[in-house]
Amino acid sequence: MLSIRNIVKQYAGHRALDDVSLEVESGKIFGLLGPNGAGKTSLIRIINQITAPDSGEIYFNGHKLDQSHINRIGYLPEERGLYKKMEIGEQMIYLARLKGLSRADATAKLKFWFEKLGMETWWKKKIEELSKGMSQKAQFVATVLHEPDLIILDEPFSGFDPVAAELIKDEILELNKKGATILFSTHRMESVEELCDAIALIHKSRKILDGRVKTIRNSYKNDTYLVEYTGEHLAFDGAQPFDLISDVAGEDNSHTIKLKLNGTTANDVLQYLLPKTKINMLQEVIPSMNEIFIEKVNLIK
Amino acid sequence: MNKVLLIIQREYVTRVRKKAFIVMIFVVPALILGMSALIGFVAKNNQELSNDQLVKVIDESGAFVGKLHNAKHIKFEDAKQPAADAKTSLQQDENLSLLLIPKDYTKKPVQILSKKKPTYQVTGEVERQMNAIASAKSLVDHHIDTALLNALNKNRITVNAMEVTATGTKDANLATTMGVGVACAILIYLSLFIYGAQVMRGVIEEKTSRIIEVIISSVKPFQLMLGKIIGVGLVGLTQFGAWIILSVVSSKIAGHAFSGPGSPIAGAVAVLSTIPFGYILGCFIFYFLTGYLLYSALFAAVGSAVDSETETQQFMFPITLPLLFTYLLSVTVLFQAPDSPLAVWLSMIPFTAPVAMMVRVPFGGVPPWQLAISMSLMVVGFLFTTYVAARIYRVGVLMYGKKASFKELAKWFFYKE
Repeated sequence: MLSIRNIVKQYAGHRALDDVSLEVESGKIFGLLGPNGAGKTSLIRIINQITAPDSGEIYFNGHKLDQSHINRIGYLPEERGLYKKMEIGEQMIYLARLKGLSRADATAKLKFWFEKLGMETWWKKKIEELSKGMSQKAQFVATVLHEPDLIILDEPFSGFDPVAAELIKDEILELNKKGATILFSTHRMESVEELCDAIALIHKSRKILDGRVKTIRNSYKNDTYLVEYTGEHLAFDGAQPFDLISDVAGEDNSHTIKLKLNGTTANDVLQYLLPKTKINMLQEVIPSMNEIFIEKVNLIK
Repeated sequence: MNKVLLIIQREYVTRVRKKAFIVMIFVVPALILGMSALIGFVAKNNQELSNDQLVKVIDESGAFVGKLHNAKHIKFEDAKQPAADAKTSLQQDENLSLLLIPKDYTKKPVQILSKKKPTYQVTGEVERQMNAIASAKSLVDHHIDTALLNALNKNRITVNAMEVTATGTKDANLATTMGVGVACAILIYLSLFIYGAQVMRGVIEEKTSRIIEVIISSVKPFQLMLGKIIGVGLVGLTQFGAWIILSVVSSKIAGHAFSGPGSPIAGAVAVLSTIPFGYILGCFIFYFLTGYLLYSALFAAVGSAVDSETETQQFMFPITLPLLFTYLLSVTVLFQAPDSPLAVWLSMIPFTAPVAMMVRVPFGGVPPWQLAISMSLMVVGFLFTTYVAARIYRVGVLMYGKKASFKELAKWFFYKE
């Protein structure tokens, strides 16, 4: 869908993007992660052709990205904004027409969306009469109204209350199911694991990590397991086939230990523990994206 | 291109629909109507002297007795009664005045008394006659032969302003032409400012409301800027069009209501009708459009460089300086010397030409070649400022929270895409 190759963007005094390459597969949800000021918005602006890279190329469905692709992209900027004094219905139609829709087409689609999100009564309202969350909802509709193939969302969940955020999340998933490719940047790591098929982590203008979420998380496994048992508290004297990381007592005489294998396997652990107590659970600890994110970012600092 | 049309449409429609716009369309012709009514009223009042005025004279000096002669609507009469009696009789008759000439009239003031404030026509006539009598008396007192002097002074010269044109000479009422010239200068100066500022405010609005990023992910910044400038320009033309139509209609009405034959309004209208309004209007629209394009591009660049209207001051000053400068020169100097070298030069430079040329045009003496050069330079000028402004604008609209300086703007100009 989107192939970003060796993008470099230099601003006076600092380099916003340094040789960044990404592949966004068609029909997938792609997360763009990174701390503030990493260069996410710079990259998103380049994909939207708001600014141009100093060097590097972007391909959209195999063609070099140009003005003709603008109508196929929907963009929700991080800094939300609409005309404050313009009626919402009129404004949405205007924005959709700028993306190439006819007036009749835009009106029909807008009716559909307003009904879907319970906004029918907003048509004649002005943005200044709405709450912040409401205007964000309107802006989301403006982003997807022209049924873009690629939807780019910069921090889509910021500013939404949890209910609205959930609603938007469901809409994103539904649009994705209908075939839209979605690229979004976020700080909310739990939404990354929930939504994203693949991610890229950008830090200090460089891409430091990318790939499928599952693959990345698996590659960060480090033989750590959680074991929960019921019975008398076990004391480990060093003879056990693992290193103990933590040991927490739970309710009803249960205990949870976190352990790291030392050249052994999970089977060895079970064999060692089974005669001693009643095992409720053994689970491999897969690092969350949040942990990987923090680890990676701190590593570079 | 289609997208530019959409933007033009939005900019135009949102502004034209505003209440303020609709109110302005009617307020200005109403003001014109009101003013013509006022002028008509004043003119009528002035004519009130058609009632004969009687001026009773009490002359303590004796120098003027019998020498004041009756003028049109003014009769002089020796008051054969004491001043106190005469004063009481003033209360009964509005058309009666009392002229008190003290013994030593060169040192003490001469007084004229009446029930209402004496009109200028009466006081003017009295002054004129008394001065003539007094100076004749002084001449005699100093043994100067007044008969000879009068003979020598026979040649009375009046200057008749005539304009030589290809078809012959015609009367040129200089005062009216000057008035039209100054009015044109003021009108074009104000409208360049008003509509330029509207463009700037529109840009700032888009920037502060952050919708700019949504829009320029759909269209190029230049398209947005162009659409806005053209849209607001059309609003300006609509406003002028409506004003012209309504003013013509309302002054027709005013003319009917207040001008009988021989009234001063009819005179003014007669003079106005000799002015080639089609030519002036054509020039006005051309210089408004090109001047507007030139300045509004710069205004748009300023709007893109700031985060709020209060920050615009430092940039506005150098931009509006040539305009303000020409405007001030126009209403003080240029209208008196519309073909002076200064006026000619100012009407050539694109930044000053709209105002300077509109002062010159009503006088009708602008050579076609000057007009042609000025107009071509205007076109070159606005293309140039649009190019410069667009380069600053495309960078500026995405810059937030940065206080831009002129150095910064220059840097933006040289940014690559």
